[in-house]
Amino acid sequence: MRRFTLIAIPYLWLLALFLVPFLIVVKISLSDVAIARPPYMPQLDLSEGWAGLKAFFSELDFENFAFLTTDELYWKSYLSSLRIALISTLLALVIGYPIAYGMARAPDEWRPTLLMLVILPFWTSFLIRVYAWKVILAGDGVLNSVLVATGIISEPLQILNTNTAVFIGIVYTYLPFMILPIYSALEKMDDSLLEAAEDLGASRLSAFWMITIPLSKGGIIAGCFLVFIPSVGEFVIPELLGGSGTLMIGRVLWQEFFNNLDWPLASAVAVVLLAILVIPIMIFQRSEDRARERGE
Amino acid sequence: MRRFSWFNATALSLGFAFLYLPMIVLIVYSFNESRLVTVWAGFSTKWYGELLRNQEYLDAAWVTLKVALMSSTIATVLGTLAAYVLVRAGRFSGRTLFSGMIYAPLVMPEVITGLSLLLLFIGIGLDRGVLTIVLAHTTFAMCYVSVVVSSRLATFDRSLEEAALDLGATPFDSFRLVTLPIIAPAVISGWLLAFTLSLDDLVIASFTTGPSATTLPIKIFSAVRLGVSPEINALSTIMIGLVTIGVISASLATKRAAVARARDEQAAART
Amino acid sequence: MAEPVFAPWTDPEAKPLIQFRNVTKRFGDFTAIDDLTLDIYEREFFALLGPSGCGKTTMMRMLAGFETPTEGHILLNGQQIDTVPPNKRAVNMMFQSYALFPHLTVFDNIAFGLRREGKDKDFIQARVDEMLRLTRLSKFAKRKPHQISGGQRQRVALARSLAKAPKLLLLDEPLGALDKKLREETQFELMDIQEKTGTTFVIVTHDQEEAMTVASRVAVMDEGRIVQVATPDVIYEAPNSVYVADFIGDVNLIRGVAKARTAAPQATPAPKPVPEPATEAAQPALNRDPRPEPNAMGAWLHDNLLKPILGERPEDDAPKALPAPSPEETAKAKPAAAPDIPEGGLSIDWVDGQPALIAANGDAALDGKKVVLALRPEKLSIGKDRPDAPNVLRGKVIDIGYLGNISTYHVELTDGTKVKAQVANTRRISRRNITWEDDVWLGFTATAGIVLEDEA
Repeated sequence: MRRFTLIAIPYLWLLALFLVPFLIVVKISLSDVAIARPPYMPQLDLSEGWAGLKAFFSELDFENFAFLTTDELYWKSYLSSLRIALISTLLALVIGYPIAYGMARAPDEWRPTLLMLVILPFWTSFLIRVYAWKVILAGDGVLNSVLVATGIISEPLQILNTNTAVFIGIVYTYLPFMILPIYSALEKMDDSLLEAAEDLGASRLSAFWMITIPLSKGGIIAGCFLVFIPSVGEFVIPELLGGSGTLMIGRVLWQEFFNNLDWPLASAVAVVLLAILVIPIMIFQRSEDRARERGE
Repeated sequence: MRRFSWFNATALSLGFAFLYLPMIVLIVYSFNESRLVTVWAGFSTKWYGELLRNQEYLDAAWVTLKVALMSSTIATVLGTLAAYVLVRAGRFSGRTLFSGMIYAPLVMPEVITGLSLLLLFIGIGLDRGVLTIVLAHTTFAMCYVSVVVSSRLATFDRSLEEAALDLGATPFDSFRLVTLPIIAPAVISGWLLAFTLSLDDLVIASFTTGPSATTLPIKIFSAVRLGVSPEINALSTIMIGLVTIGVISASLATKRAAVARARDEQAAART
Repeated sequence: MAEPVFAPWTDPEAKPLIQFRNVTKRFGDFTAIDDLTLDIYEREFFALLGPSGCGKTTMMRMLAGFETPTEGHILLNGQQIDTVPPNKRAVNMMFQSYALFPHLTVFDNIAFGLRREGKDKDFIQARVDEMLRLTRLSKFAKRKPHQISGGQRQRVALARSLAKAPKLLLLDEPLGALDKKLREETQFELMDIQEKTGTTFVIVTHDQEEAMTVASRVAVMDEGRIVQVATPDVIYEAPNSVYVADFIGDVNLIRGVAKARTAAPQATPAPKPVPEPATEAAQPALNRDPRPEPNAMGAWLHDNLLKPILGERPEDDAPKALPAPSPEETAKAKPAAAPDIPEGGLSIDWVDGQPALIAANGDAALDGKKVVLALRPEKLSIGKDRPDAPNVLRGKVIDIGYLGNISTYHVELTDGTKVKAQVANTRRISRRNITWEDDVWLGFTATAGIVLEDEA
């Protein structure tokens, strides 16, 4: 009985506030927009009993999903989100790996401090960190002022409100997620493996390619997914740093919901976004499980 | 001997410059007399003054703090419970669904979480405000807490609990007197994480709030959407300062505890 | 001897494979290796033995190329290799942690070094197969390191480091991670493989038993210096210092002052009744060994080496029916015949009121100096009757360590100091007649101990 209560409390909470809301999203994605409160139909009318239920289900259809495929804004936004997330992930890897490597090679007594320095930005407001780049990249921002003042450029660069600014923003905010798993993989690595490789005739560079990279593969994969998955659905970064041409699906969803008040379409956008994300999430989960098995 | 070459030193310096320069820029410009970033018009703390006189910011900060305290506390209780169920309850029907519901919010795009909760609150006719934000934040924060706590519980030596039971403690007593004190550091970091996530959240709060409750991130977002704002620079500096103090003192406390422990162990070894 | 003895170090013509020439290695203020000179010859199985921090690992890492000497030079085949990087040396190392690449199969681990040399595929296949056969791992070629046992991992590490047929193989505590039984088996396997491949092995270990078992020569190290380099039997039977005597095996150290013996041997003076008060004040001259347990090393040596030479223990042949000798009886008793004591050597005054101990093999140059008589426990005979030996001690059994094949008797001498005597258990336990609290006699020959200058 006690065990049952123990399980029931968090279970019911998650059912009520995670699963049920999600099912509602799925249901509304199958409904039609209406000028009403709430602005969609059909509404489930339980007072009419079975007939009401039947009428309700007969009204549901895939119209919204069909619409997503006809208007190129949507599929272009999905593709663009994936592209931006992918490029940002690769950039984060290229920038994050040397940092993680440097941390893992740093003297023992430095490492806790370095680790803290990587984690510290994570505790500071995400919004503020994105905003900081607005200050730097704006037409009259810090970067342009410095570059113009030093005579490197004569005209301010247009970086803000472009995809470049979005890449910078994503890499900057998600970099700790790339560094930490790679660092923990590198830090666990036994130094004598590199010595053994050198002892057996490998140069330092080939020892790095043949030993260090394969052994940090798990960290690289984890880091890439941790950056890629949240980037796809990102809203704040493209909204603050991107231009009007920066298509990202999180932004589209927001606009459909708040500006166009098309709740059914916003719901359909959400369902498709989740369906797209399920694939990388499953791959990530599988690779994590395999890593755990190998560890044992 | 680890090899620490010039390459590593360069990678670290550039990397940390990238991580910290933007924040330093914010801090520096929060003391700029001018409203424009382009010009340095001299040192001034006037933006801090304006910020503190701005009642809207103060109200928003108060709402945010209230929401964060409530949601992180409830999330810690629920998350610890969930972790305990996940690690200890063994098999029960629906366990897979349960662990799925714990992990899914971690990877769920915020826009979807926000949207779905909003549709729920509308569906059941709950007035949107502080309560709905707290419910929303609690739900996703409890998943983070349970991940942090369950990783600690997984390495917990179960024989300690068995020893407590063997000595006559009830299961609740053994949890309260043995398990909880040992996993306390993980529970505290879970709470801190939940607190920070709540303070930080813009998207979910935007969906689930009503006109009665505006949180600080919502306020900041609407201000910075339009452009650079010196008040926000000042606000950012205050927030960065608070977080830095918090993180550094936490790490110093941990370090001091470790040093004290090492000293005790040495002293014990000598006797 | 029909078979020529392998001892290149005695041959002035032999060219050493490895030469350390006044090598010093400092890490900051810490001197790990202090002006060390040493030759190691081809086909040797050379052991570096010492406690942790004595510099043995640093020496090995300098040979492998992971450290460079601060001063002095290291020569391989007469060529300086001080600054040659590890990947360019004909030296391979077997790591203490084995350092097997976890993402590669056993086969790929062994092939790693050969592939770096750019050998062709067939050659690599053949060589790896040969290594797998040599180390009896053929069945496990496709496995990953985490899918095989600790002993198998150890053999993979060995096969990998041997695959390139190095001139010199370095083994860093190679058996440290194995349990005792497996370790003993593997020691003989290592010796076998070393003999088959003809490779020079340098092994680093802190386990003296391991060093004595496998090595052709052992270097005992302390604080960056080599204290003694010699064959295992010399190290054991003729240590050159108290440090070596104490580090290798179990030893009783009796401190005293040496006096040169020139006169013809005289009969041992009849033991007087114990002069208790006299010894009470005397400074305890016996160094009590801090280690309570006799080690297996001594046991092994005893059973395999010493017993056949020295024969059965006298007390085992002693008549069982006789009652324990009372002090009066022993006082009256006269030795049946004067023991045969060789001339020369030293006599050692070790405690007032006790007869001087005779060490016929002692170096007369130590005359008048403070010395230590190092006495292996198995060289002491123990019995209830006064033995017919040049040196005798009296005491009481305070503890018996039964190890199955041998027993160690901890005997408290009449002046309160403690000595250990080790005896092979050739008879069943119930038939042995010495037990706790028994008064016993200990005896040893005039050449049983080694006289060393007292450094303390």
